[in-house]
Amino acid sequence: MSAAAREDTGYYDYWAYEDRPRIVWPNGARLAFWVAPNIEFYELDPPANPQRAAWPQPYPAVAGYSIRDYGNRVGHMRQMALLDKYGIRGSISLSAALCEHHPEIIAMCREREWEFFSHGIYNTRYTYGMSEAEERAMILDSMDTIERHTGRRPAGYLAPALSHSPVTLDLFAELGGIYSCDLFHDDQPTPLRVRGGQRMISLPYSLEMNDTIAYVVNKIEPRRYGQNIRDCFDRLYAEGARSGTVMCVPTHNYQVSCPHRLKAFEESLDYITSHPDVWVATGREIAEYYLANYHDAAADDIARKLQRGAHGR
Amino acid sequence: MDADMNIYPRRGYGMDHDRYDWQMLIHRPTPAWPGGKQLALWVNVNLQFFPMNPASKTRLPGSMTMPYPDLRHFTLRDYGNRVGIYRLLEAFERHGVKPTVAMSARLAERYPYLLERVLKRGDELIAHGWDMDSPHVAPLAPDAEAELVRRSLARLRALSGQRVRGWLSPGRLETAATPDLIAAEGIEYFCDWVNDDMPYRFRTDAGPLWAMPLSNELDDRFILMDNLHSAESYMEQVMDACDLLLDEARTSGGGRILALSVHPWMLGQPHRIGYFERALAYIMAQPGVWSASAGEIADAYAAAIDTGSNGSV
Repeated sequence: MSAAAREDTGYYDYWAYEDRPRIVWPNGARLAFWVAPNIEFYELDPPANPQRAAWPQPYPAVAGYSIRDYGNRVGHMRQMALLDKYGIRGSISLSAALCEHHPEIIAMCREREWEFFSHGIYNTRYTYGMSEAEERAMILDSMDTIERHTGRRPAGYLAPALSHSPVTLDLFAELGGIYSCDLFHDDQPTPLRVRGGQRMISLPYSLEMNDTIAYVVNKIEPRRYGQNIRDCFDRLYAEGARSGTVMCVPTHNYQVSCPHRLKAFEESLDYITSHPDVWVATGREIAEYYLANYHDAAADDIARKLQRGAHGR
Repeated sequence: MDADMNIYPRRGYGMDHDRYDWQMLIHRPTPAWPGGKQLALWVNVNLQFFPMNPASKTRLPGSMTMPYPDLRHFTLRDYGNRVGIYRLLEAFERHGVKPTVAMSARLAERYPYLLERVLKRGDELIAHGWDMDSPHVAPLAPDAEAELVRRSLARLRALSGQRVRGWLSPGRLETAATPDLIAAEGIEYFCDWVNDDMPYRFRTDAGPLWAMPLSNELDDRFILMDNLHSAESYMEQVMDACDLLLDEARTSGGGRILALSVHPWMLGQPHRIGYFERALAYIMAQPGVWSASAGEIADAYAAAIDTGSNGSV
């Protein structure tokens, strides 16, 4: 950590959830729903990062490595078939090196016009300790690699293993990104302040709905996970009648696709997609729509409220 | 930290190691089981000896945690071998389930009655190391580990009179050499890696092993002790896994394996055994279920692959 560590992110201003300019999603939808499968490659023997160990055991960390490989070998097909069934295109949080390791998966997702956004090169390489130039090179490499293998430059970024530097979002904006999944401060998209002044937003991803957080950190039961997703949806769908909300379910093929867990996820997808005023979209589609239609009004509203002194930073 | 974090020595097609090839489950044959059965039920019962005076730096799950003498944990584990296992055996008999028994060499030595009981039933024994204080984990030197493997296998084979073809590492930990060392001692399949739902070939210096897919996510200890889920939820999770795997087998026209790793010191408790019995009853009531030992499942898979019979892809 540098001497100049900030006491807040600096990326956004305080902006109360009430009395914001109203968002209406395409076709009058109240809730924009997206599913973000993380498709990741974890290295068996990554270089050591002094600030965070990749694995809890000495080499080889069989349990952790092999269950993640399970996600790619077995789980991916399962989740893809499920999303197909409910007409959902995944927005993939992608370890870019997976394009090289497992091109078969990339090809299947391209066929379905899924979105690919950057999640770094490997999920065993942390941003901690990188110089700005190294981090920029890593993000650029990830964007170039994804574009080369998918035909489209990624629009979004989720830092590998959620490891950040103080300039992560600034760098991504400078490299042409339009949305970040790294902030969890809101249920609607929000404009971000980056050092280069680019128009970039924070798009609600979610840790609460993230299957790895649910299963590994919170250790909840599969059916409880399904219920949490439905409860979250009910509330955001109701509030979305006032002003459009965003709900994301971030998944991992090695968690949600395990045989004892998929049913609970399926029930929640069935529930959500059976509601009429849901816009089932990709991260990029939501971000682009927001940028085109609501970003400037939101930025003006934030500035005006700040000026009035009603909202401190 | 390494001078440059952006160097990736194994970034390319396939895996980042040479132990096995990258291959998605859908791209491999997954034949149905003998008699056209669709779901092989593999119940792996772990019979373990946890010394009350552990010396290893790495404490395996279930090991002593209190200052010596940890009467509480020693006797809770011992309960499984005195009481719990007999509840499990009764359940297996009632529901026609054929278990596979992974046994610490030292438990076989200490409890000849229990060993004899298992042998008389005709259950297949697989090696489960020396005891639960003898993990195969770095920095264990290859020579010392080779001796540990030889001693564990020799003891279990001598006491049981069985060939003992299967291996499950204590705590599912391995060193970099474990697969080579067990293969050199005549082990034909091992159960530590959890990256698949079907057997696959795993390279060693002493010829290939079958990696047998013993789920860790559905392990009773993981669900009940690590995640603190209820026994009822454990039952639901097993049933949901059964449904999904059977459905997948039917859809693909092939076979799947439902692998349940169980500990008599967990499920053998009076308040839990009923839920396990209900799960077994549910599974065995499904059409197309084949209850078999791990070795039988490995043999059936190898034979089906060899003859190419019914190899759905």
